[in-house]
Amino acid sequence: MTALEAAGKTIELNGEGFLLDGDQWTPELAEALAESAGMGPLSDKHWQVITFCREDAAREGQSPGLRRISKLSGVSMKELYKLFPKGPGKLAARVAGLPKPQACI
Amino acid sequence: MKNIVILGAGTAGTMVANHLRGKLPSGWALKIVDPDPLHLYQPGLLFLPFGDEKQERLLRPRGHTLRSGVEWSQQAVETVDVEARQVVLEDSERLSYDILVLASGSQIRPEETEGLLGDHWHNSAHDFYTLDGANALRRALADFDDGRLVVNVVEMPIKCPVAPLEFLFLADDYFTRRGIRDRVELVYATPLDGAFTKPVASAALGYLLEQKGIQVESEFNTGEVDGEARLLRSWDEREVPYDLLVSIPTHGGAPFIAASGLGNELDFVPTEHHSLLAKAHDRIFVLGDATDLPSSKAGSVAHFQSGVVANNVLRTIAGKSLVEGFDGHSNCFIESGGGKALLIDFNYDVEPLPGHYPVPGLGPFNLLAESRVNHWGKLAFRWIYWNALLPALPLPLPSRMSMAGKRRPPESVAA
Repeated sequence: MTALEAAGKTIELNGEGFLLDGDQWTPELAEALAESAGMGPLSDKHWQVITFCREDAAREGQSPGLRRISKLSGVSMKELYKLFPKGPGKLAARVAGLPKPQACI
Repeated sequence: MKNIVILGAGTAGTMVANHLRGKLPSGWALKIVDPDPLHLYQPGLLFLPFGDEKQERLLRPRGHTLRSGVEWSQQAVETVDVEARQVVLEDSERLSYDILVLASGSQIRPEETEGLLGDHWHNSAHDFYTLDGANALRRALADFDDGRLVVNVVEMPIKCPVAPLEFLFLADDYFTRRGIRDRVELVYATPLDGAFTKPVASAALGYLLEQKGIQVESEFNTGEVDGEARLLRSWDEREVPYDLLVSIPTHGGAPFIAASGLGNELDFVPTEHHSLLAKAHDRIFVLGDATDLPSSKAGSVAHFQSGVVANNVLRTIAGKSLVEGFDGHSNCFIESGGGKALLIDFNYDVEPLPGHYPVPGLGPFNLLAESRVNHWGKLAFRWIYWNALLPALPLPLPSRMSMAGKRRPPESVAA
């Protein structure tokens, strides 16, 4: 477990940098989460993806997969890899304060 | 006369039909639609490529798996006309329904990945999720004497999420038995961030990969397959070369789901997590691989769901409220090679944990640990499938997951 200092608060993260309590998420915290993941400042394109992921997760009850993000957020697969390097599905979820997309085991 | 129509007579649809038969009030009829004359025991596909299973033991005539009182229409579905509450069949016949059950499963879609289909398909690039694919792979494995075998999951979700790992464990065993294990490289290319993604399972089972010499290429999202050069290329332009590719292609729901406007981006049907009612339609229930639920696409899940759907169909007929009966429960045997297997038992909220199943402290099965008894359990399961599960006979296994017999390792709480 680790912690993140943001907007004068201490926020708890799990071993992989995901929020322990998703309800603590705020837009300011997203910037801090991105920084903790080694990303630069968030652009409008990043926010397009983050907003889509949060709205979709609230509707569907689970973090969206990569195909769903690329098909429905308006940001292409290639762009997603530029915005959220290596694992866009996982990294977008982390910055958006959502649980990690997982398999059963 | 009122009608319950079930689309799909695979594991899920067959169990719901057999649960409901004999329980419907007078004035209600039960129909099931499936174009395929044979019922395939899908867990057996994993063993076919290694010559450890015979095709004829995996197939039974559909008419034998559906019990009396279930009317079977051997046709493909074109579309569901939700407004008219009718199912349109391939011969244009329209079946009216009062309650519809979608059990139309999932299918592999190799065409979704650029370059995966072509001359190399079922020659140097294979699947084991279809009977043809598993048989072609058996021939390819028999001819494979040295080189690099890559198992690649293209994207999630897939049917039986542990099958790719089981395939690798069995491949290690198979090449060892043939005395050529030192000449074969085994590689697992997965879009997930590891072979195991849950903390307790990862800590308990990570040794298996090392012990069996399996290399893992994680967070690998396949963008294209170059069949000529025998290369996988990811969206972020990493390359994984292979001599023999075992692909687990993108999965999607049945084509009629898209034609009916019932599905999501992969034609899986948005479904209420606990009642199994379709989110957008109050006379449609969904179960098995056809749902968009975060539970596993697996036969055990279909089994646990089938009782909930049958119950909710009967409650709908009686004008009662639905039960929120499904908790995401799944349990799966995982073959680990050398005559051993693991067993995992989990639900929406609780990850696979160590312990015993189904009797706390006794088992006979060990959870999240290798044992010979688990392997015998997996083999015995085929008999149970044909003779108890499909006919929907009462089994002493509660559909909800139980914490009795499970223990959470103390260090995992803080992980």
